[in-house]
Amino acid sequence: MSRTTLDLWVGFFVAVGLGALLFLALKVGNMASSSSGDTYAIQAQFDNIGGLKVRGAVKSAGVVVGRVAEIRFDPEAYLAVVTINVDARYKFPRDTFATINTSGLLGEQYIGFEVGGDSEMLKAGDTIKKTQSAVVLEKLIGQFMFNKAAEDGGKK
Amino acid sequence: MDNGLTRSLRGLGQRVTSRIWRLGYASRFFLAILLGSGTALRRMHLTIREIYFTGVLSLIIILVSGLFVGMVLGLQGYDTLQRYGSTEALGVLVSLSLVRELGPVVAALLFASRAGSAITAEIGMMKATEQLSAMEMMAVDPIARVVAPRFWGGVISMPLLAALFSAMGIFGGYLVGVQLIGVDEGSFWSQMQASVDFREDILNGVIKSFVFGIIVSWVAVFEGYDAEPTAEGVSGATTRTVVTSSLAILAADFILTAFMFTGT
Repeated sequence: MSRTTLDLWVGFFVAVGLGALLFLALKVGNMASSSSGDTYAIQAQFDNIGGLKVRGAVKSAGVVVGRVAEIRFDPEAYLAVVTINVDARYKFPRDTFATINTSGLLGEQYIGFEVGGDSEMLKAGDTIKKTQSAVVLEKLIGQFMFNKAAEDGGKK
Repeated sequence: MDNGLTRSLRGLGQRVTSRIWRLGYASRFFLAILLGSGTALRRMHLTIREIYFTGVLSLIIILVSGLFVGMVLGLQGYDTLQRYGSTEALGVLVSLSLVRELGPVVAALLFASRAGSAITAEIGMMKATEQLSAMEMMAVDPIARVVAPRFWGGVISMPLLAALFSAMGIFGGYLVGVQLIGVDEGSFWSQMQASVDFREDILNGVIKSFVFGIIVSWVAVFEGYDAEPTAEGVSGATTRTVVTSSLAILAADFILTAFMFTGT
């Protein structure tokens, strides 16, 4: 086989292979949507983060506005400290309320921002004061059973 | 009896030492390839020719296997997922299993048996017919002229083939899941995009296939170069290439997976 035909085939092969990689990156992966643009870091303290993971989503009104960057334990306050990278395009008031929610019944957990009414905005390095921990299903069931039992006891 | 014991002990020791000796020889050979690859990269047409033989000629088997593996994943995944009422996650299941594991590993296993064995047989035959010694007589370094281009051809082809395998498999899963069974097309793609991460999943898969490419090509050229220069020796070397590189791929896959996906 002459060298030009060989080069043509190899060029074709490399182009198709790179095309497959591009397909994986753009159509299968989230490279197109994950804005690796500017972010600013804020912190939030929770009593219990449940199953929240690093790289988990941070949503406001259901739209992803940031990602969980780091989760660590504060040994003095016995609280979980979550560092959140928020997309620099979005600003939130200082009294924003951070909650840990679950998408669906068994889905993964994410942080939800409920926006307050303060005129001052959160800056990089700020800490969100008002937070609500993850709902632990076992505790909820336990509470329900306890209440039910107390109710039944009261009737007798 | 005492004599038999010493003999078996000696045999065991000899087998262990010869394995270690071969490993050392193979490592030295790897260094020699790296040192000799200047020629292979300078005279690019040598490497391009090998990419044709290892990569382009493996296209058919990789594409067809990828399609079928993806189609099987679609069927099996649907069957399992529908018990939990979450068939929309089919895209996630197909794409993650292909991009992280099946794409690099199965493509590398196919590559070892399709291209690795051919490389070993070719170099072994060159040695058996004394072409390598003839080159040395003409002051041409056979490692730089024959071995290094084949090695780099394999290393370059492997990640591309693995990416093609994964892409084809996802297409196969799409065909079966969406077109045949009727999973919702929108959620198939959007859930896939939401949970497949470019760096965590896709790039790690590419790194895996790159490492497998090095392993397969290294084993293949080494077994060929080290083959006994007889017809029997070449056939034995070809078998050893497939067995050794398959085992090495699976072992390396475990180690790489343990490093990459720690479950955080």
